[in-house]
Amino acid sequence: MAEHVLNAEGLNCPLPILKAKKALKSVPQGEILEVRSTDPGSVADFAAFCNQTGNELLSTSTEGNIYKFQIKRC
Amino acid sequence: MLDNEKSGNMNNAKSMSIIVTKGSLDWAYPPFILATTAAAMDVNVTMFFTFYGLPLLNKNLDLKISTLGNPAMKMPMMGMHMAMPNLAPMIPGVDRLTTTMMKNLIKKKGVASIEELREAAVESDVRMIACQMTMDLFEFSPDDMIEGIEIGGAATYMEGALKSDINLYI
Repeated sequence: MAEHVLNAEGLNCPLPILKAKKALKSVPQGEILEVRSTDPGSVADFAAFCNQTGNELLSTSTEGNIYKFQIKRC
Repeated sequence: MLDNEKSGNMNNAKSMSIIVTKGSLDWAYPPFILATTAAAMDVNVTMFFTFYGLPLLNKNLDLKISTLGNPAMKMPMMGMHMAMPNLAPMIPGVDRLTTTMMKNLIKKKGVASIEELREAAVESDVRMIACQMTMDLFEFSPDDMIEGIEIGGAATYMEGALKSDINLYI
């Protein structure tokens, strides 16, 4: 269960990434941020974002039309 | 944690520069989207605003689009796409109408406004340089511009661009 949740539903590129970056700043190292998004492009974008920033993308899942990303703060 | 944040500003971080030359609503998106996203990915970003891109640094943005000479512009309409007649903007009020349509669409689709993206750029320490020559040419004063920008010329841009991993002209 993620300790921190960011609701980015209804937002389009690049807002989910920008808001996630901001939210991660207040997540302590090693803890998990869950991002919820409705933007299909965010699936590829969160993988790229995590790859580049060193944060770990633990899982990507869908729940109806919502994409859920579990990101471990590095 | 702090070290990671710091390393984003160190010499080993990647860097990107963008020359922003266009200031209409549609053309304002690519530079601001790329700049803010790159900054979120720990890239050091410099934006150089010149010619018609310069007013994107004005305190009050009043951005418009025009369909004039743009046959590629197709707006979604009742499940179809309507090409915008590219000579219609000669009729007064048409640009205002298409701008309103575009702004409504942007809002409906959850796309950020340029104001929002610009604020995000300022917050994430994107370096924004206003072209001095363009300010002189079009008679803008530093008071017209938002806080936190620099004013410089081609050499200022070049100094950064020569060290950048990516240089874009938009």
